[in-house]
Amino acid sequence: MRYMMLIYSRESEAATAEEMEQIAAGHRTLMEDAARRGIFRAADPLEPATTATTVRMQNGKVLLTDGPFAETKEQLAGYYILDCEDLDEALEWAARIPTACQGKPGCVEVRPIREIRGPSAANG
Amino acid sequence: MDELRATVESIFRRESGRIIASLIRVSRSFDLAEEAMQDAFAAALSHWSTGGMPANPSAWITAAAHRKLIDYARREQTRRNRQEQLRYETKDTVSDPQAEGDMSATWEDDRLRLIFTCCHPALNEGAQIALTLRTLGGLTTTEIAHAFLLPEQTLAQRLVRAKRKIEQARIPYVVPVKSTLPERLRSVRAVLYLIFNEGYSASSGDNLIRRELCAEAIRLTRTLCELMPAVPENEGLLGLMLLHDSRRDTRVNSKGELVTLEEQDRTLWDRAEIEEGLRLTQLALSRHNPGPYQVQAAIAAVHAESSTAAQTDWRQIAALYKELMIRQPSATVFLNHAAAVGMADGPEQGLVLLDGLSESGALDSYHLYYAARADLLRRLSRREEALIEYQRALSLTANAVERRYLRRRMNELGALHNTI
Repeated sequence: MRYMMLIYSRESEAATAEEMEQIAAGHRTLMEDAARRGIFRAADPLEPATTATTVRMQNGKVLLTDGPFAETKEQLAGYYILDCEDLDEALEWAARIPTACQGKPGCVEVRPIREIRGPSAANG
Repeated sequence: MDELRATVESIFRRESGRIIASLIRVSRSFDLAEEAMQDAFAAALSHWSTGGMPANPSAWITAAAHRKLIDYARREQTRRNRQEQLRYETKDTVSDPQAEGDMSATWEDDRLRLIFTCCHPALNEGAQIALTLRTLGGLTTTEIAHAFLLPEQTLAQRLVRAKRKIEQARIPYVVPVKSTLPERLRSVRAVLYLIFNEGYSASSGDNLIRRELCAEAIRLTRTLCELMPAVPENEGLLGLMLLHDSRRDTRVNSKGELVTLEEQDRTLWDRAEIEEGLRLTQLALSRHNPGPYQVQAAIAAVHAESSTAAQTDWRQIAALYKELMIRQPSATVFLNHAAAVGMADGPEQGLVLLDGLSESGALDSYHLYYAARADLLRRLSRREEALIEYQRALSLTANAVERRYLRRRMNELGALHNTI
């Protein structure tokens, strides 16, 4: 089953260049490990939440708002999609995802991807 | 018919946990498993009333429930592959319903798997408790709702959501791998202890159901100890529950008032539970790998072995609480440590510890902090100060049993000096 791992970090707490390099290295190792196990499907970092635009339909009109849909302490910063046997395996991988600089807060939300069964679905 | 119904009910109580565990393994679905088991028990009732009881009732029901599962799978034409799997997996378990000896090995594994699934930390605590009691304990939704003073609807929703998450997020039905086993076992023990404490706390609610909760927690912990032998914290937890449960009848008097450990009639403590609790606690400690449940069991053991409060080895109790503070610091543990020191070295020493605690301000609105102070002051005959502290405690708790206890203490102090 494919699981999406949504990474939330605190953007306000700026990391040093050195810390950023450490985080990037952590992600590289993780992606390589997952690829070697044949379970890697996708992973990407996102630009900061300040670049977000929320689109909403209201009374038949498109309403645009500057920023993410919800104001939270931690912002969506990136994601992984891994194909795991079960939740335990997914949680084990999620625990290895570097969320922010060492000692600073962050978390990963693990959600199973709903598989749409049908003739056109490539992933089953 | 009534007799048969009672027999079937007692089989349900005893065996439903095992049966449903094997049905869940085969069907991979809590809902299908539950349905099949209920259908099988209903079938048993009607078959046995005409044809008489089979030699091995629980094997009969298991076989019937597995056949129900196959029926469901057949009905579900679109899921052909699952049906094949069902046929394959049930083949060796259902072929000979009398062969219980051969089946029991699988059953034990199934039940152990089910304990870990129900207590999976990806489920919230309330869901873990409800699911454990419903599937492993065989309690009805109504009974569980009653025990936790929740609307039945709320509890039913909680169960539905939990089962949905298990299936949709694919929470595995396995005994965890070695690397995560200790942590997952901690979660299982926490759920079992919460169930026990809910039944043990003298707060409110239906007495019979509370007794049932304690019995169920003990039964499940006993099962855990059988399935995973020689795990000291499991044994410690079972010992702790038994030692606490042995005092259950003496904790509240006929008027519904709280009776403190000091005032309890120890001749009414359940000797059989004490014997077993002591034996388990010693066994656990002999493995030289102590943990918080073992330390708490050791404390309960010291009390159980003392014929009166005055003869209790309070130094030993204080030392054990000190040990517990390191392993599992909490407000209650700090207060109990101070109270034990008060008994061992005099109330003044207990007060010194409490004064040290109050500096942090963390316990400022905790009623038991003031109750503990009040008790020490009462022992020192510092009546006015004790009354003030009892009053503070009273203003901070809504628990009827505790309020009655505090009022009684205040009356005793007041009556003695003819004031208030």
